[in-house]
Amino acid sequence: MKKAVLMLEDGTCFEGSSCGADGEAYGEIVFNTSMTGYQEILTDPSYKGQIVTMTYPEIGNYGIVDDDAESRCLQAEGFVVKEMSKIKSNWRAGMTLGAYLKAHGKQAIEGIDTRALTRHIRDFGAMKSVLSTVDFNKDSLRKKVKESPSIVGIDLAKQVTVEKPYKWSGKLKPVGMMINEDRYVRVGNNKTKLKVTAFDCGMKNNILRILTDLNCEVTVVPIDTKAEDVLKTNPDGIFISNGPGDPSAVPYIVEELKKLLGKKPIFGICFGHQLLAQALGGKTYKLKFGHRGANHPVMDTRTKKIDITVQNHGFAVDLKSLKKLKHKVEVTHINLNDKTIEGIEVKKLKAFSIQHHPEASAGPHDARYIFNHFIDLMIQAKKKTNKK
Amino acid sequence: MPKRTDIKKIMIIGSGPITIGQGCEFDYSGTQACKALREEGYKTVLVNSNPATIMTDPEYADRTYIEPVNAEFVEKIIKKERPDALIPTMGGQSGLNLGSELSKSGILKKYGVELIGADYNAIEKAEDRLLFKNAIQKIGLEVPESAYVGTMEEALAAAKVIKFPIIVRPAFTLGGAGGSIAYGMSDFKQKAYYGLKASPISRVLLEESVLGWKEYELELMRDHEDNVIQICNIENFDPMGVHTGDSICSAPAQTFTAAECALIKDAGIDIMREIGVNGGVNIQFAVNPKNGKLKVIELNPRVSRSSALASKATGFPIARVATKLAVGYTLDEVLNTMTKRTPASSEPDVDYVVTKVARFTFEKFKDTPDILGPQMKAIGEVMAMGRTFKESLQKAMRSLETGRFGFGGDGKDPLLSSLSEKQIAEKLKLPNSQRLWYIRYALQKGMGIKKINEMTGIDPWFIAQLDELIAQENKMSKKSIIKSAAFPDELRSAKESGFSDVQLAQMLGTTQDKVRALRKKFDIKPVYKHADTCAGEYDAKSSYLYSTYGSQNENPINTKKKKAVILGGGPNRIGQGIEFDYCCVHGVFALKEEGYEVSMVNCNPETVSTDYDTADKLYFEPLTVEDILAISEDEGKKTGFIVQFGGQTPLKLAVPLKEADVKIMGTSPESIDRAEDRKKFDAVLTELDIPRPENGTAFNLAEAKKIVREMGYPVLVRPSYVLGGRAMEIVYDEESFDKYAKEAFIVSEKYPILIDKFLEDAVEVDVDCICDGKEALIAGIMEHIEEAGIHSGDSACVLPPITIRGDMLEKIKQYTKALALKLNVKGLMNVQYAIRNDIVYILEANPRASRTVPFVSKATGVAWAKLATKIMTGKTLKQLKVKEKLDLQHVSVKESVFPFSKFIGADTVLGPEMKSTGEVMGLDKDFGHAYYKSQVAAGQKIPSKGTVFISVKNKDKRDIVFVAKKLVDLGFKIAATLGTANALEQFGIETIKVKKVHEKGGNVIDMIKAGKINLIINTPAGKGPRSDDYQIRLHAISLGVPYTTTMSGAQALVYAIESVSKKEVEVMPLQEYYKK
Repeated sequence: MKKAVLMLEDGTCFEGSSCGADGEAYGEIVFNTSMTGYQEILTDPSYKGQIVTMTYPEIGNYGIVDDDAESRCLQAEGFVVKEMSKIKSNWRAGMTLGAYLKAHGKQAIEGIDTRALTRHIRDFGAMKSVLSTVDFNKDSLRKKVKESPSIVGIDLAKQVTVEKPYKWSGKLKPVGMMINEDRYVRVGNNKTKLKVTAFDCGMKNNILRILTDLNCEVTVVPIDTKAEDVLKTNPDGIFISNGPGDPSAVPYIVEELKKLLGKKPIFGICFGHQLLAQALGGKTYKLKFGHRGANHPVMDTRTKKIDITVQNHGFAVDLKSLKKLKHKVEVTHINLNDKTIEGIEVKKLKAFSIQHHPEASAGPHDARYIFNHFIDLMIQAKKKTNKK
Repeated sequence: MPKRTDIKKIMIIGSGPITIGQGCEFDYSGTQACKALREEGYKTVLVNSNPATIMTDPEYADRTYIEPVNAEFVEKIIKKERPDALIPTMGGQSGLNLGSELSKSGILKKYGVELIGADYNAIEKAEDRLLFKNAIQKIGLEVPESAYVGTMEEALAAAKVIKFPIIVRPAFTLGGAGGSIAYGMSDFKQKAYYGLKASPISRVLLEESVLGWKEYELELMRDHEDNVIQICNIENFDPMGVHTGDSICSAPAQTFTAAECALIKDAGIDIMREIGVNGGVNIQFAVNPKNGKLKVIELNPRVSRSSALASKATGFPIARVATKLAVGYTLDEVLNTMTKRTPASSEPDVDYVVTKVARFTFEKFKDTPDILGPQMKAIGEVMAMGRTFKESLQKAMRSLETGRFGFGGDGKDPLLSSLSEKQIAEKLKLPNSQRLWYIRYALQKGMGIKKINEMTGIDPWFIAQLDELIAQENKMSKKSIIKSAAFPDELRSAKESGFSDVQLAQMLGTTQDKVRALRKKFDIKPVYKHADTCAGEYDAKSSYLYSTYGSQNENPINTKKKKAVILGGGPNRIGQGIEFDYCCVHGVFALKEEGYEVSMVNCNPETVSTDYDTADKLYFEPLTVEDILAISEDEGKKTGFIVQFGGQTPLKLAVPLKEADVKIMGTSPESIDRAEDRKKFDAVLTELDIPRPENGTAFNLAEAKKIVREMGYPVLVRPSYVLGGRAMEIVYDEESFDKYAKEAFIVSEKYPILIDKFLEDAVEVDVDCICDGKEALIAGIMEHIEEAGIHSGDSACVLPPITIRGDMLEKIKQYTKALALKLNVKGLMNVQYAIRNDIVYILEANPRASRTVPFVSKATGVAWAKLATKIMTGKTLKQLKVKEKLDLQHVSVKESVFPFSKFIGADTVLGPEMKSTGEVMGLDKDFGHAYYKSQVAAGQKIPSKGTVFISVKNKDKRDIVFVAKKLVDLGFKIAATLGTANALEQFGIETIKVKKVHEKGGNVIDMIKAGKINLIINTPAGKGPRSDDYQIRLHAISLGVPYTTTMSGAQALVYAIESVSKKEVEVMPLQEYYKK
């Protein structure tokens, strides 16, 4: 059994065994409370720059399922679990989680008190950390953590965005459990062919799969694409994706978004939601330890309907900053746990955004229907233009 | 939406007696419902026939009816109380059925009562197999191929279409009673026949078997605004084919991907919408392990055993929240009482693994094979929490109290070489209560994960965990390990995997104390974590704790308050059930009143005591010396421990705890020992001049025989230190003595067997008393209805006594008080007496809370367990102003309830070994009516006319004449076989002569089957072949014909029938009885 050490910025240290690749990983230490979905989490580009600990202790039981990846690589910097399964057991499983981490050169630690770690993050906030399987000297590790870059103000999205525009071609894949699985897998049945241009700030595949299934032809563009270039693709709607890190570290996209407001319907998810808020003149702030899990109740303030949502964000939109803006920003969704903003809309501009992950993956499908709103807005706008 | 204000008075239906498939989890849910409604200011009316429940404590409802839970009685209550609404979802399947029946028959409409928490149409759609199947198929999901039939002809036709094996499931039965699996046409015929009979509506579902598929359970909750949350998912270790109540279960699910979990949840939500059900539901799914194909098995539109488990597993109080939703709230309007900041609409997250393991009692029903199937057989269950499956499983195994201390390696394993692979394979293939052990042996023999998976259908992941435990055990069993440098790490690692000190002592070849010392040396001790519904994301406001090994101890230790810890009773089993949990809960309440911080320790998820709301702190832990000492170390030396409420389980710990310098509150362990130890107890009795039956103690067979020869038959033999009369027998001759004595020696290894002269035909009396060391008072005196020789837990009894002379009662009181003072009892004591030829003999004394405490408390209106607790804190009876309440204006009858219908083949004759699982209480102004109610509540369909079949042993042939005469006077016809018929006709009683069992054509069995017999009185001879009687009783049980097997029972029953024929039964709440 090979040793591994997790050292936090404040000197808190956990010693365990390595269950991934050899080496050293740096990142902000965060926890996720989902009881399943480790693969979707690890492959979610929003985890770039972070070392993730799972609060559920038995991880890796069902191995890795190729269809369930949210991007082409393993995005999180490092992985922390109480116990990693040595075997995989599921009819769809490919390799084991351990082998997967090793194949991608990612460090992972097991055998530590992950609940103690979680409570530490809860009490003292998300902080910088290092996970090492090569250096066990505490002083040296602590020094290295201190010197490592902070996530605040760093443009991580740039690291995970696409290099050049491309057309997405992936599809929603059935799991194969039911005869009529479409009923649950599919979000809607849109007949109007639509074109969507999506800013890739670190986009999850499932967003693309859903949009495509909703009869959208999606062009994915890099985060630093200019507004005019976006408009040149002649989209029916513009999508701003989720992504890692601090939304204030990417002012360049905010400026372009400002130019796009009102031009086309806009839909933002998570990081994209924070960027839209900024483009509207709002502010974002860093949460103490963020929301990462699959159990957050979110209420639509207009219908009072509650959805159980998938969450992964360390920053949030400041409610006060949305008052007295040029455009009237309506808060459409709130988190029932801590009353933070989960969705906004500017009706006039046909722009709206959602803080959580309506595309789910990994987690409950409750909020998927929100995509239909984007479709509706695009169809409305299209009709209007046609009339003109 | 806020709560409804158009309803003011709400009725709650309880589940009645504890039976297999309907345990004390419904007291837990019902109690929560009562509390939730009162919090909202509603007036509540409760009906439940089970006196051992917390919910029937008079302070939990405005009007508490301890009356039979059936349509006839509930209508009477509705008529009297006129509630606005009725909640049928808290009383298990029987509560739901009753709610449905009341709705269907128009009774609810007649009195303007609204069904809340469940809609009649939704119940029908969920419960009626065909409607359910249609609903599922409508939304594009699948159910196993099936047919719903009402006759044998239909069944046979359907069996030609569905492939064997076919599962036979009768509609509307508890715990799947009458359910079975047929493998071919020949056994199908018989099984379908019994299935049709078992169903109250004579309908049976025949179903394609999905044996070996993965079983996945979902606990969902939906409010009337269509918001749905998932409380928990559960994966069964045992695949489809074993009733979920019997399966080992793991929460959350372990081997399903996020995508699969999300899809199954979608399906669940869809099903709820289609059925139209709100509140808490449990849905079971089967998943093909080869391709993920999903089939829907069933939906329970009510709180269930699984929901109780899910509540305890997650800390989310399902019954409480479901009740709030029933009166109009939405999920976001109900606060999560664990975090006190998040709403109930937040789905619970757990960061630990929960394992539930069932507790079986096949050893009590020897004629029934140990095979598990679609009909539930378990009597109780334990739950354990750990940070890994390995840890939680091992904790569960030592929680079970079956003498094991983990997943083997505890010195109790059989010799591996004595088992062949073939034997093992057989046990793996056919599910049984011991299968987990056979997986161990199979792994040890190197049969491999794959092969075991093929034979059992158990997921390879679970088997791999067991395999890892064995690897670790092998490592720890190496001779060199203890001296190696890696030993401290290995020891810590073993503790993290849940190995107990007992197991480690065995592996390391040392003692439990030495292992503890080693742990101390290396600073390896458990830490306590909160179960907090949110995986640590928010600070927990309730102290719901479990132990594990980790780097951070979260245990909030109070250093200012006086503290006490109450040790619970562990898993329910025959002889130790809900009655003891009732006492524990009362202990908690009393200590709180006295200003103590109270901790509860227990591992039974069904109970009220393990509701995190009950005590200030809840330790969900096994009840072993190691686990309790760890708690004591955290809580500190000043903290007192109470061992006298949880039955034999904590009592066994008294001495080891005391030796480890733990403060025991109440009666001292020495006093307990004086009552338990024969010699010491004899000395006490001699000194007090209290007679007892001639008796002796034998340490070996030869000694035993000598004692018996001197004493003469019949004798009562039993091992010492057992509860529920395990292995207790009355023997009438040497041959049977040899057989039973041998068995008794096996049962108790350390302790000798006890031999008593058996007092035939004596009247037995049970006495509960309370004592503060200076003064003793009688809490209640109960006269057994059945004569001596039947276990007190199985016998019906009446309070106050009805046939015992005043001078005998005085003697009983005098003996009891003298004994309590002599033993320096501080708290409760139960004493059993037998009266024969005007001599009062003492049979035994137990200086602890007994099974009868809740009954006596309900009968007298005094919370005796609470008072006893206060005495343990140092208060005196004088200070507490306690008075005896022996002159009561009403009569209380306790009747026992038996699980025979679940153990087809087991004989129903009562004896000194306890067999009942629960009890009911009949309460009225006179004995006849009270006894009648007790019988109805116990499920007997007491006839007011028709034919009574009588077959009694010779000894009873004189007494039966009076009974038969009375029955004829009441308008009954009498049927009997030749011997009894002749005896009756001598006294001029007209009798229909019936052929014996072995005679063909129109014999007694044919008559029973044809429904021509309405009541059976059958007293079996004390020994010898009983085949005819046995067949008669077996059919009575299968076909639900009321029967009695004792002369005294028959007399009481006839008396009850007569009383009811003269004056109609009435209902009255406890609150009114107590007023007088």
